[in-house]
Amino acid sequence: MWKWLHPYAKADRAYQLCNTLLPYFAVITVVCMIVGWVWGLAYAPADYQQKDSYRIIFIHVPSAILSMGAYSSMAIAAIVALVWQLRNAELAVIAIAPVGACVTAIALITGAAWGKPMWGAWWVWDARLTSELILLFLYLGVLSLYHAFEDKKAAGRAASILAIVGVINLPIIHFSVEWWNTLHQGASITKFNTNAIDPSMFWPLMLNIVAFAAFVGTVTLMRLKNEILQREKHRPWVRQLLNRG
Amino acid sequence: MIRQHSYWQLFSAVCKKDLQLAFRQRAEIVNPLLFFLIVITLFPLAIGPEPGLLARIAPGIIWVAALLSTMLGLDKLFRDDYHDGSLEQLIASSYPLPLTVLAKVVAHWIITGLPLVLMTPLFALLLNLDTNALIATVLTLLLGTPLLSFIGAIGAGLTVGLQKGGILMSLLVLPLYIPVLIFATSAIETSTMSLDYSGQLAILGAMLVVAILSAPIAISSALKVSVS
Repeated sequence: MWKWLHPYAKADRAYQLCNTLLPYFAVITVVCMIVGWVWGLAYAPADYQQKDSYRIIFIHVPSAILSMGAYSSMAIAAIVALVWQLRNAELAVIAIAPVGACVTAIALITGAAWGKPMWGAWWVWDARLTSELILLFLYLGVLSLYHAFEDKKAAGRAASILAIVGVINLPIIHFSVEWWNTLHQGASITKFNTNAIDPSMFWPLMLNIVAFAAFVGTVTLMRLKNEILQREKHRPWVRQLLNRG
Repeated sequence: MIRQHSYWQLFSAVCKKDLQLAFRQRAEIVNPLLFFLIVITLFPLAIGPEPGLLARIAPGIIWVAALLSTMLGLDKLFRDDYHDGSLEQLIASSYPLPLTVLAKVVAHWIITGLPLVLMTPLFALLLNLDTNALIATVLTLLLGTPLLSFIGAIGAGLTVGLQKGGILMSLLVLPLYIPVLIFATSAIETSTMSLDYSGQLAILGAMLVVAILSAPIAISSALKVSVS
């Protein structure tokens, strides 16, 4: 693990890695998102009960999944940053945090828009909605803590600690809220063999999930590149890069 | 690396120092209590004095007021030590920092949490709670307020080096308080229906044990970041 990670502790190697990965993520994002959205929004059959308004699922579910996925990757980066003292991992935490917060906000807003016609209210105090809202608070906490510090080195470490504390608490929050009140339907696509969702809707949904994941990856990589450049702006290799471009 | 004192001596010395400081400045103990009392007074004024309604929402009021009033004291937890440099000495000393932190948090609970628990019968009277619910409230506060101190100390450790850490700390800490709030109020609500609420108490107890074991480590690494 260490041998494999070690080269990327150097900022210029990490920057290069970002550059190599970025086009793949970008291409997957564009292709999957176009195909997934057109398929989901135009060609997938309408639901027998919810008619066309169910189609927001193709944005709502991927963003909800990614809101948690982004938090866990942020926490993994934070653990790497604190255990191996890798500064690039700290930068990754900061690169992911706003992206994750945005995805969480998208999930909440699309959820509200879906809830209005289906449940008759923009917002209900249901378990999943509440824990998603708390997730947003945790993201905002990490972000505001980072920006409160003058010294960006300490800021990255503090944000990492908070991200780890948050990830330990997240399951507790999730289950306590679940126990507290539940109206939201359960997950439909956890068990692949006994699918609660029809294949004609399942595949475009999968495609959209992949697209969202790649999208989060793309934006994170772009932000990480910027963070590295900003942090290392006094280094010769950055100067060289800037002079060349 | 010479350790002249046992760990227990260290623990009790740090604890005693903090308690002494607090008892010399009594406002530190009294103010959060007054705040708690005033918040509780505001609710009947805001929603009307009907006894049935008050008894119905009393657990929620007491617990939200408890969350807010523990937040008041948290800001002071490490700030004075940070400003006079003794925090740096505690970190630099050869004694384990998590133990020192544990002592400070325990002292903080004795100053802010314990008076709250002892005052609860009075608040219960104001809000028209019956004896059953009163016992449940006291028990949940007894298990819950130390938990609040531990979780809050993580936020206090992270923000102690900042100029305006207070409001930021509440933003960081309050979301983490939510499970405590849920289980505590649900225990009280169950007790008003004369049902068994030992399950909720057990979960609160379990969370407290986890917090005692893991929070001091998180707090000490947060303090190291803030001091460096």
